[in-house]
This record gives sequence, C-alpha cells and structure tokens, in this order.
Amino acid sequence: MKYIDEFRDGALARGIAARIADEVREGRRYSFMEFCGGHTHAIARYGIRELLPDGVRMIHGPGCPVCVLPIGRIDQVIGLALGRGAIVCTYGDTMRVPASPRPGPDGQAGRGEGLSLIKAKALGADIRMVYSAADALTVARQNPDREVVFFAIGFETTTPPTALVIRQAHAEGLRNFSVLCCHVLTPSAITHILESAEVRQYGTVPIDGFIGPAHVSIVIGSQPYVHFAEEYRKPVVIAGFEPLDVMQAILMLVRQVNDGRAEVENEFTRAVSPEGNVAAQRLVASVFELRERFEWRGLGEVPYSALKIRPEYGEFDAERRFGLHYRGVPDHKQCECGAILRGVKQPTDCKLFGTVCTPDNPMGSCMVSSEGACAAHYSYGRFKDVPVVAVQG
Amino acid sequence: MAKKDYIRPIDFRHGRVDMNHGAGGRAGAQLIDELFARAFDNDALRQGNDGALLDVPAGHRLVMATDGHVISPLFFPGGDIGCLSVHGTVNDVAMMGARPLYLAASFILEEGFPLADLQRIVESMARASREAGVPVVTGDTKVVEQGKGDGVFICTTGIGALPAGRRIGGALARPGDVLLLSGSIGGHGVAVLSQRESLGFEAAVRSDTAALHGLVAALLAAVPEGAVHTLRDPTRGGLATTLNEIAAQAGVGMRLQERAIPVRPEVQGACELLGIDPLYVANEGKLVAAVAPAHADAALAALRAHPLGRDAACIGTVVDDPHRFVQMTTAFGGQRVVDWLTGEPLPRIC
Repeated sequence: MKYIDEFRDGALARGIAARIADEVREGRRYSFMEFCGGHTHAIARYGIRELLPDGVRMIHGPGCPVCVLPIGRIDQVIGLALGRGAIVCTYGDTMRVPASPRPGPDGQAGRGEGLSLIKAKALGADIRMVYSAADALTVARQNPDREVVFFAIGFETTTPPTALVIRQAHAEGLRNFSVLCCHVLTPSAITHILESAEVRQYGTVPIDGFIGPAHVSIVIGSQPYVHFAEEYRKPVVIAGFEPLDVMQAILMLVRQVNDGRAEVENEFTRAVSPEGNVAAQRLVASVFELRERFEWRGLGEVPYSALKIRPEYGEFDAERRFGLHYRGVPDHKQCECGAILRGVKQPTDCKLFGTVCTPDNPMGSCMVSSEGACAAHYSYGRFKDVPVVAVQG
Repeated sequence: MAKKDYIRPIDFRHGRVDMNHGAGGRAGAQLIDELFARAFDNDALRQGNDGALLDVPAGHRLVMATDGHVISPLFFPGGDIGCLSVHGTVNDVAMMGARPLYLAASFILEEGFPLADLQRIVESMARASREAGVPVVTGDTKVVEQGKGDGVFICTTGIGALPAGRRIGGALARPGDVLLLSGSIGGHGVAVLSQRESLGFEAAVRSDTAALHGLVAALLAAVPEGAVHTLRDPTRGGLATTLNEIAAQAGVGMRLQERAIPVRPEVQGACELLGIDPLYVANEGKLVAAVAPAHADAALAALRAHPLGRDAACIGTVVDDPHRFVQMTTAFGGQRVVDWLTGEPLPRIC
C-alpha cells in the first residue's frame, strides 16, 4: 500500500540493521528507551529486536496512555456509570483496564474479582465505546435527559480533540455533557524518569538515549525535548511509528552516543516541526490548565504532569460536576507494572506474567493495550522466552 | 360485503412484526405461508410436519453443524444476515469435507421489526440456499418483545454427507503440511465495520460472504483422498485465531510468511486507519487448508482455477512445536508470534 509499504521495506531494514551492527562499538552496551507505546508496538509487531545486534537493548517507556491510568481513575468512572447512572463514553482500549473490586452493600471496598469497564457494563452500566471525542458529544445530544461523561485519556495527541468538544459543548450550551479529564503530559513523565533514583543514582536503568514520540511531537514540536538533551546529556531522536522509522532512529542514537553528542534530532521530519502544531497548542491552553499533581500508574504522583479543565469551562468538568474526590488505590502486590513502566524491570521479570496475568485476564495495566510492554511481549514476542524449537524445511 | 374465505394478505410494505406473529395462531401461520414457505419452497418443507423426513445417501456418514447469526447491521455491502446465515452453516459442513444437503432455520424476530426488511432478508436467504443447492427443509419462528432482541437473529443448522473413509479435521494437521489460503483476508469484517454509523468512513469493500462447498469439492477432486488434512474457514477472530485453533488441536506450530498473505489495499487501508490487524478480521468466504507437501502444488492450482479461489496463496507451513506457537516472518524481516485474538475488536460481525 502506498505511503505504508515504503516504511516497512524489508531490504531497507536489513541495510539499516547492517549499519547499526557496523557502528556499535565492541563491548559497549547501548540502552535506549522508546517512550511511546506506539514504538513498543512497532518493535514487537515487526520483530525489530531480531534485527538489532546484541549490544543494543530497548527499554519500554511509560508512553502507553492506557497503561499509566491508575486504578483510582477507573474506579471514578465506574462509579459515575454504576452509581450515578451516567452514560460513560470511552475509547476502546480502556474497557479492560483492571479496577478495584465492586464495593460491598455497606459501601466498603469489596473483595473478590476486580471490576473493569467491560465488567461494569455487564452489571448494567451504560458504557459506550467511541472512536472519537466528537462521538461522545453526539451521544450527549441524542440523550438530553441523561448525564453523559467522556472519559478523556491520553497524551498530547488526544488532548486537542477533547478541548475541541468542550468548546463545542460550551457553544451549544449542552447541559448534560462533561469530561473526566485524565490527559497527561509527555515531558513531565520523561523528566520524572530521568530524576528517578534508579536512573540518577543507582544506575540500575542505564538510559543512553530516547526515541522521542511521533504523534505527540506533531502537536508539541521538537523544542520541548531540548531541555533533556542539554540538562541530562541524553540524546533524543524523534521518530515515526513505522518500523523503518524506529530502525533509523536507533542508528541515529548509536551515532550520537559514539560521537559523545546529546542533541535533539528529528527523524520524523515528514510530520514534526520544531514548534509543532501551534493552533492545537493554543486550543489546548484555552481549555486546560496544569494540574499540580496527578497519579500515574507505575510512576506514582508526578507534579505538573497532567491537565485539568479551566474554571471557565467548569460546568463540563465531571470532577466538579459530580463532586468527585480522587482516591489512590495500590496495585496488586505482585504486579510489576510500576517497575516495568519505569524501565527497571522487563515483563518476564514479573511473577504474574503469562500465568495469572494475560491479555485475556489482565491484572496490571501493561497487559491491557497492545501498546503495553507486557501485552506486546506476550502477543508478539513470547517465543523468544522458550527454548528454540526445531524448524522444518 | 366480505368475501368468503378471504384473508387479507400481509402488508409487507408497511407492516411490522407484532406479538401475534409469534402467538401460535393464525397470524403466525399466515406469515409462514406467505413469506417463509413461499421463499424456501421445496418437497421436504411442503410436507408441513413438525420435522422434515430426509433421505441419507448410501455409504455416507452425516455431518451436522449449527451457527447463530446476530450481526449488526443486518444489511452490509456484499450481503445481509440472510445469505450470511446460509453461507456460514454450509461452510461449516463443507470444512469437514462433506457435501452439504439440508438446512434448518430458526428465526428470533423482535416485535416492531419492519416486515419489508424481514422479506428482504428471507428472500436473500432463499436465493443463497438455491444457489448453493442446499434447501431449507424445516424452520421455526419466534417473536420476542421490543427491546429483547435486535431486529432478527437467525440460527441455521446444516446436514451434509461425508463419504465413508474421508477424514478431515483440525487435529489432523501435521508437521510438514503446507498451509494454503483461498484468497485475500479481512473483507467481511471491514465491510461490516464501514457501515457502523459511529465510524463514518466509506470503504469500497464488500463482504466476501460465499458458500465454499464448490471450492472444497474442486480442491478434494484435484488431490488423492487423504492429502487434505485440515480445512477451516477463518470467520470470527480472523486467520490468526483459526490457525491458533488448528495448532492447539493438532499439537503443532506454524510458520507463516507475512508477505505471502493476500490483503487487498482497501482492506489494508481501513485497518491502518482503525488500528486493527487484518489477520484478526473476519472472513465469510475464505478457507485455509493444511495439505500434504507432495500435493500442495496441485491443491493450490485447483483452488486458483475456481472463481472463489483466484487469489489463493501458500502462506506457510506446519512445524513441530510443543508450544504450539503460530509464528510469522514479518514482511519487514523480523519474527513475531501471531497470537489468539484478545477481547473483541469489532462487535457483532456475524
């Protein structure tokens, strides 16, 4: 297919792989974090790890919007649907994220099997999967006598559409529509990882550089990453989500490391400019402001890492409208999602991986979306963990 | 003055299904007479009994398969729930290597469903059954209250004749077998998806829904008895799920070549847009076969010589693997597992 096949060309991939193998220095290990789930998915789906020399290791970062959603936020939205009778509109990936067990009749946290949006739906909650924020607005228009809540998640890529529907709802004077805003910010998450003890002091997570986000960078531009490159001396290469983009970015990172450079380079020039999409940035700034703190699954509370709805649009803020107070909920004791999201552990280090925690029955959020490190490894790369089997013919 | 013995015909243009149609009285009988019996007309049905009396071909065993159809929307590019309910069951029988002979059909109708739509569906079903040469010999109709169904659900059951000694099944695939696919994948799922109002994209993709027993007969005639080990139609869950089912049943692994799997550009484009993998998208007119390597070329040629197998391809081989992994060499040159489908990417597609 045109404009797709060009970026998935096997011959070109082998060419880049040969150059990477050529340029890595003997005995030197190169550890790069791909921040985005989109890159994690591409690496697993196209089998990129197979093409890299032993010295190059990819660490999966926290850039999967579903994976970083804390249990408390899912609980909130289930509460709105089950307890307050609201119609909840959500992107499909969030449907299976595990939440807390159903509260008992006394209102105390329940025991037994945990809920998720899909299980809450089976209990009678009106939860609708939408493909865009605009669809949620349509649901609100069609159900004027029901409260309709859009569960807004994602990084800077999905934020502008949410801003747009809030403005639209305001312009139309919709009185039954609100947004539970869980939009998070990429740069603060990267800073958080670079500031974490594991990276700074103990060196348990050696990060030699980052593959920078593709779609997020279209919105925010390449400028915001200059700080990491300069302040933390870490090279950043912004890359598209196609497998050749990822290969090319790895080659560029290897070269920066070899040259002792720490710069922001842009592999994804066909879409990303230094300043980004200024119109989208203005739109976002007009509707949202920074949250002082927000809980991320795996990273804990991260200061100024998320957005909330400005007071001018307060009537569309589900937290305000329903008087919600956030309550954090700890992950399953043995779940290693936190450490995996920080790059400290790999999916196979987790005792639950592939046993009680599978994509069909996820315990942790990394097993939910195909962009999550655990689900990607389970679905595409599991064969690498078992002894090599005889191949015939 | 009222005419003697006159019964006002059903108003198929403006009428709707109501509870009377399912009450067991005259209204139901009239609906059966004027719609179902007329459309499906055949000797067995004309007997008018509670069940159909059927002949069993000598020297054969019987194969029986059943399939419930709950698709939404009911009408989609390339077909509708009516023809789909015939093809689905005919194909299940054919995948056993049997010749489909008879169908039974059970309709669950929702109160308020337009009779015009019902007529369109039943006529499409009757046409598909005639074209396949597999008559609907018995049936049933029930009506549920509004809100308790979704227009119409159709369950069909098929019976087919299997020559004595023929063995085709999922457990029979063995290492060394060549995997053949009868054409490009993902057409049905994308056609259905393109009709979902919430998606709002117009794909020029038609469902591939088709009866495959003719293709199966051509394939089996071209190779010696016993050369085709496994036949299956990759419907819900797509090719990936079907191959995993076979691998699990037969206790084998598989090696696929992504480059060899045919996907039409318009299907690929829609899948890219929606973030789904064509390997997991439903088909209703494709089959996958595990064939002994010595006869794979003849089998492929036979598939390609049939109109429903023009784009047939050899997509990989069956290998010895205690882990039963389906693995694929990506077009990009890497290796990956092709796993079972998780969750539901597309609701109610068949």
